[in-house]
Amino acid sequence: MSSSRFSGFLLVAPALLVIGAMFVYPLTYSIVDAFTVEDGETLRVSLANFVRAFGFYADDIAFTVVIMAISASLIALGAILIGGYITLGDNRFLTRALRVLYRWPLFIPFIVAAQCMRTFLAKNGLMNGVLVELGLLTPMSTTGFLDWRGIVITFVWKQLPFVTLLVAGAMAALDRSTIDAARDLGASKPRILAQIVVPQVMPTLIVALVLSIVTMMSVLSVPVMISGHSPTMLTVQMAFRVNAYHDYATANALGVISYLITGTVAWVYLRRGVAKGGNAQ
Amino acid sequence: MNGSFPGAASAQAMISPAERLRLTFGGGIPGTVAVAVVIILLALAIFGPLTNMLLWTVAERWYFPNTFPSQYGFAFWARVFKPTGNAVVSLKYSIGIAVLTVGFCLALAVPAGYALARLRLPARSFILLIFLMPQAFPNIPVHMNIARVFYTLNLHGTVPGVVLVHTLHGMVYAVWIATAAFSAIDRSLEEAARDIGAGPLRTFFTITLPAAFPGLIASAIFVFLESLDEFTGTYFVGAPEIMTLPMLMFRAGMEGNYQIASITALILLVPSVLFMLVVERFLRADVLANVGR
Repeated sequence: MSSSRFSGFLLVAPALLVIGAMFVYPLTYSIVDAFTVEDGETLRVSLANFVRAFGFYADDIAFTVVIMAISASLIALGAILIGGYITLGDNRFLTRALRVLYRWPLFIPFIVAAQCMRTFLAKNGLMNGVLVELGLLTPMSTTGFLDWRGIVITFVWKQLPFVTLLVAGAMAALDRSTIDAARDLGASKPRILAQIVVPQVMPTLIVALVLSIVTMMSVLSVPVMISGHSPTMLTVQMAFRVNAYHDYATANALGVISYLITGTVAWVYLRRGVAKGGNAQ
Repeated sequence: MNGSFPGAASAQAMISPAERLRLTFGGGIPGTVAVAVVIILLALAIFGPLTNMLLWTVAERWYFPNTFPSQYGFAFWARVFKPTGNAVVSLKYSIGIAVLTVGFCLALAVPAGYALARLRLPARSFILLIFLMPQAFPNIPVHMNIARVFYTLNLHGTVPGVVLVHTLHGMVYAVWIATAAFSAIDRSLEEAARDIGAGPLRTFFTITLPAAFPGLIASAIFVFLESLDEFTGTYFVGAPEIMTLPMLMFRAGMEGNYQIASITALILLVPSVLFMLVVERFLRADVLANVGR
């Protein structure tokens, strides 16, 4: 190893050490803990923690998957429509307005978003209040959205700007000649968007969605503050298992299940991406 | 950029209105109105929840079935900001922890970023990827187990423990942006300094570091905000001793104390929004183009 390489490693080593101690070690620990049970003095490999996790929390696992699927679909649709209008729209005032508007929630912390939505979507919140003032609802016919719908709304509200930012960026970087050619041939804008623009930004959209899903699978504040009902997200049940019972084994089994959910999403998307790339050549 | 050529407009005027509508979805008058309505609805959806929060910060009495508060005032602000109040303690914790996290992150990331940008490291892209890994896994189980380890090390419920957790999340911004900032520097400046006899350390501190400074400031801001807004790690590792602003907000919100929660939320919101407005000034395009490379 040359001296330059050696000093290079010395410079990177402290930073890597922090990742090792604060991430790789606890991650490994969580996986080992999920797959082992104490048998007297010794540890042995077992699936008992997973049996218990599925026994208690099968509903929550299904709930988490459904919430993720709905949120990710809405985010993808919104990002394509907003990015598409910014890229293809003719009205410069409206495209500029949209560009300035959509990114507002980007840097707003999840916990602030949760607090805003907790008041806004409540049965007596501002949303219903305004609808009542407009005569669209009566005070007695209002319903709160603080259940699974509130979780989805908050996730979409918070994550849509991030995905849109990446997707609109990818759309702006596209070679415009194919778009202009299709337009000259009389293709409508929705058709240009669906058949020319979206396929080309698919890799960016997929990466952005996977990152978004991981983020949503890591957020504790939104499901806790928006909806106290059961079933709820796995994040809440993990925290509950630890805080209420000090039952790290079951919580870690749920943790591994959440890794598997995000891992499956990433794997399916990446595989599809690879297959598509292969066909294109 | 598009559709603004005069020729294009006159060419469109020659085809039938229905055809034109079909061609220029969103470009004709009904289309434009439809898009404008959608954008207004989007604006309501984005700013409605924020407005509700802002109203709560100045609402002294707000009961069902009133759509808006029946009495406005700043009594809760006085309560939040009284010197012995929880919020002042939380604000000190939050800012102190964020500053320490920025210092620690940059102390690790500046050498690492320099090495990744300038020295020929094998497996360079793999090392960059390692710093992204914490963002690629759902992090509740990681936090849970950090807390468990910290109990045995007596780091649970301490400021250094929370700073370590925040550092973990700040590292990807710190290292990636620092690497990009060093990569964007013109190498010939450093070579010129070396040619006239400056040593490697002197070259680094007088040439390289000042040139990378705007990028490093950008990464510091990212890390600062990440730390300021961090909730889950503090919840597992710091609570109940370390009451940062997000923890205080969470507790007030869960107790139904919406005024205190909303005022705290507003304090958290201001730096985030300011940052969104100025980020492009610090993150220059030449640095941005190098992120992750």
